[in-house]
Amino acid sequence: MSSKETKPSPSESTTEPGALRRFFRRIDFSKGLAQFGVLVLIMLFFSVAEWLVTGRTSFSTSFNIIMMASQASTIAIAALGMTIIIIAGGIDLSVGTAIALCGTVCAWFLREDYGAAVAIPLTLLTGVVCGAVNGMLISFLRVVPFIITLGTMSLFLGIGKLLSGSTTVRPDESSQVPHWLSNFATTSADTTILGLPPGVWTLLAIAVLTYLFLRYSVFSRYIFALGSNESTARLCGINIPLTKIALYALAGFFVGLAGMYQFSELSEGSPTDGVGLELKVIAAVVIGGGSLNGGRGTVQGTLIGSYLIFVIDNGCTKIGLPNHLTDITLGVIIITAVAIDQWRQRRLERS
Amino acid sequence: MPETPSDTLLTMRQISKRFGATHALRNVNFEVKSGQVLALVGENGAGKSTLMKVLSGAHRPDSGEMLLDGNRYAPSGPHDALLSGVCMIYQELNLAPDLSIEDNIMLGREVSNFGLLDRRTQRSRIQEALVTLGHPNLRPETPVRYLSVASQQLVEVARALVFESKIVVFDEPTSSLTRSDVQNLFKVIKQLKEKGLGIIYISHFLEEVQEIGDAYAVLRDGESVGSGSLEGISEEEIVRLMVGRNVQDLFPAVPHTAGESIISISDLTGTKIPRDVNLEIRRGEILGISGLVGSGRTELLRCLYGLNSIRRGEIKVNHVTTHPTPARMIRQGVGIVSEDRKQEGLAQTCSITDNITLSNMSPYAKFGFLNLSQRQQSMRNWMQKLHVKAHSPEQPLIELSGGNQQKVALARVMHQQADVYLFDEPTRGIDVGTKSEIYRLMGELAAQNKAIVFVSSYLTELLAICDRIAVMSRGQLLEVRPRADWTEESLMSVAISGEAI
Repeated sequence: MSSKETKPSPSESTTEPGALRRFFRRIDFSKGLAQFGVLVLIMLFFSVAEWLVTGRTSFSTSFNIIMMASQASTIAIAALGMTIIIIAGGIDLSVGTAIALCGTVCAWFLREDYGAAVAIPLTLLTGVVCGAVNGMLISFLRVVPFIITLGTMSLFLGIGKLLSGSTTVRPDESSQVPHWLSNFATTSADTTILGLPPGVWTLLAIAVLTYLFLRYSVFSRYIFALGSNESTARLCGINIPLTKIALYALAGFFVGLAGMYQFSELSEGSPTDGVGLELKVIAAVVIGGGSLNGGRGTVQGTLIGSYLIFVIDNGCTKIGLPNHLTDITLGVIIITAVAIDQWRQRRLERS
Repeated sequence: MPETPSDTLLTMRQISKRFGATHALRNVNFEVKSGQVLALVGENGAGKSTLMKVLSGAHRPDSGEMLLDGNRYAPSGPHDALLSGVCMIYQELNLAPDLSIEDNIMLGREVSNFGLLDRRTQRSRIQEALVTLGHPNLRPETPVRYLSVASQQLVEVARALVFESKIVVFDEPTSSLTRSDVQNLFKVIKQLKEKGLGIIYISHFLEEVQEIGDAYAVLRDGESVGSGSLEGISEEEIVRLMVGRNVQDLFPAVPHTAGESIISISDLTGTKIPRDVNLEIRRGEILGISGLVGSGRTELLRCLYGLNSIRRGEIKVNHVTTHPTPARMIRQGVGIVSEDRKQEGLAQTCSITDNITLSNMSPYAKFGFLNLSQRQQSMRNWMQKLHVKAHSPEQPLIELSGGNQQKVALARVMHQQADVYLFDEPTRGIDVGTKSEIYRLMGELAAQNKAIVFVSSYLTELLAICDRIAVMSRGQLLEVRPRADWTEESLMSVAISGEAI
C-alpha cells in the first residue's frame, strides 16, 4: 500500500479548523442546511409578497413567527416520532387518529376529575400502547406497516368514539384544566419563557434528546440498519420483532405528547380531530429529507419540515390566497422536495 | 450466411472515457468478427462494464469511434443500440416478471396494425427464434416469472434474434446457472455463432472462457493489454495479463495445523434441504464445501447460523447443544459472510463503521450509548488492516467497489471476534487482487486457530486453499476428504452423480 506512509487521519493533517467550525462540523449541520435555506427563502418570499400585495408586514413579526412555531409543535412532536419510524423503513398512517385518541383520553380523565397528574401520564401511555400495538401487529402478522397502520387508523378512531360517546369531550376550562396546560402551547405573555411558549421549549428539548438518541445510542444503530436492510440486521443478530415493537412504542410516546399538545390547543378532545393529520406528519418528515425507503431522516430536517408546512399555510393566508391555493402550494412543495432529494441522491450514486 | 469468421462486425477504435480524474478507459481497441465468440476478461474495475456501456450507448465516449458492420455507430442510448443491432444480456436479467415471454421479447418493438397488436406475426417470429435456439417447447404466453433463471436468459437471447441483432453481449451469464444450464447456454451461443452473429462474452470463470471462446481481449486499468486467439494460450497466461503477476502468487499459503473440533453437527435436516448432514468443524482448518448451486451448501450454513429453521438434528458448539439463532450464534463465536452482499450481507446505505460494528457494539457502548470517536478510531485501524479503500469510515457502503464491500463484510465477522467463520461464496464477483487478499486472510485466521467453512462453486480455489473438502448433492453431504484426495474431476463427478466414490 503506497498510502501507508500518509498520516493515519487525513483530516488532522489539514489546517486546524477553529473551535466554532469544529463544533458545527460535529453536530452535523450540513444535513439540514439545505432545508433551512429553503425555509428562509420561502419566509423572505412571504414577507415581501405580503408587503407588495397588502402593504402590511404582519408575517415577519416575531409574534407571528413564534405563533407559527407554536402551531407547528403538535405536528413537529409527532413527526419526530415518525422520523424514527421512517428511518427504520416503516410508516405509520394511524398517527393522526392516535393523536386524537390521546387528546380524547386526556380530555376524558380531566372531565372525570382525575386531575392532570393522572390524565397526562395516561395520555402518554395511550400513545405508547397505540405504537406498541402497531409494532406487534407488524412483527407478528408480518404484514407491511402501510396496511397494518391503515387498519389501526380506523381502529383508534373507533376506540376514541367509544370512549367519547361519539361527541366532543370538553372538561370545564376554569375548574378542571390546570392553568399551565391550557396555556402550554399558547403565546399569551404570562406563561411564555424568553418569549417562547412552554410547549415550544418542550419541543426543542425533546428534539435535542432525539438528536442525541439518533446519533449516540446503540439502539439507533439498529434502527438505521433495519431501515437500510432488514436482512443484514437479522444477520447481525438484531432481534427484529423486538426492535420494531420498541421503536413503534417509542414513536407512540411522541404521539402521546402530540395528543397532549392538541388537547392544550383545543381545550377539548374529539376522536375525529386527527383525521388527515397523518399526511401532515409524514409530509414534515419527507420535506425534511426522510426517505420512505428507510435508512434516512434527520431531526433538524423534520423540525424544518414541520415549520415549513405552517409557514406556507400562514403565509398564503396573509397574502390573501384562497384556501385551495394553500393546499396546492403545499402539494407542490412536497413533491419538489422529494424530487430534488431523489435527483441529489442519484447524482451522489453516480459520482 | 457468412461462412468464414473473417469479416469484422464491430470495431471499437481508440475509445477513451474519463470520470472526473479517473481514466476509466484509455485508447481501448476492440474487434469482433462475424461468427466469433470474443471473451472480454479483466479484473473488476478494469473497465469491462464501462466499455460495454459505451457499446450499448449508456455512456458516450470522450474520444474514439465505433463501426458496426462497416457503418459509423454512435448509439444515443440502450434502446437505440438494440435497434441498431447490439443486444446486451446482463447478469441481472432485464425482464418484466408478470409479462409473458412474447410481451417481454417484443417490448418496445411490437408488431401492430393501426395500433392493434398483430399477435400472429409476433408469435411466429418468436416461435422461429425459440426453435433456432433449440427450445421449441417454451410457450410464448407463459409469464416470465414462472421460468427458471436459465429459461429467462433464453428469452433474452430470443429477443436478440427477433430484433435481428448483430452483436450479442453476455455479461457474466453463468454466475447463477447450474452446470447443466451452462452447457445448454453454450449450445445456444453456438447457434448464434452459426447464424453469423458476433458474441462478446464477459466472465470471471476462465475455464468457461476457454471452453466457449474463440478469441480473447484483456483489459487492465482501462487499457487493452492483450488480445488474440484463445488457441494455444493457457489460463495462467491470461491471468497474468489480467493481474500483471504470476498465478502462484494468487493463492498465498499460510501454514496452519488443524486442532480440536469446535462444532459438531449430527443428522442436521432443514425444512427441505439440507438432509441428514453430519460434519465436524475443527479449529485451525479451512473446510471447503463444494457442490452445485442448490445442492444445500448455502442452506447448511444458514441452518447452522439460525437463519433457516431446523427440523431435526443436533448442533454442538464447544460440546454444548445449541439451538441456533443469529444472536446466540454470534455470542457463541460464529460469524457468517452472506453470499449476497447487496440483498443481505451489508446495509448499503449505512456507513462502513455501522456495517462493521453492527454485530458487536459492546466495545464502544456504555449504558446503551456509543463513544463515537473511539469507535471511529478503531474503524480506521480495521480499514487499514484489511486495506479497505475509502475516504473515511463514515462513507456509505454503496459508494465502495465490490471488493472493498466484501472486505467490510469480512471485517465485521473478524470484529465480532468469531472463532468460526462461515464464508458463503466470499470471492464471487470480486477482482483477482482482492480474492488473493481474502485467501491470505483465511489462511491467517486458520493460523490463529480459528475454524473456517468455505463454500464455493469455484473448484480451483477450493483445491488451492482448503485442508478438507466436503461435497454436497441434493441436500446431502456425501463425502469429506483431505484436499490431496480430490481433483476437480472427482469433486464434480460426486456433485453431479450424487453418489460417494
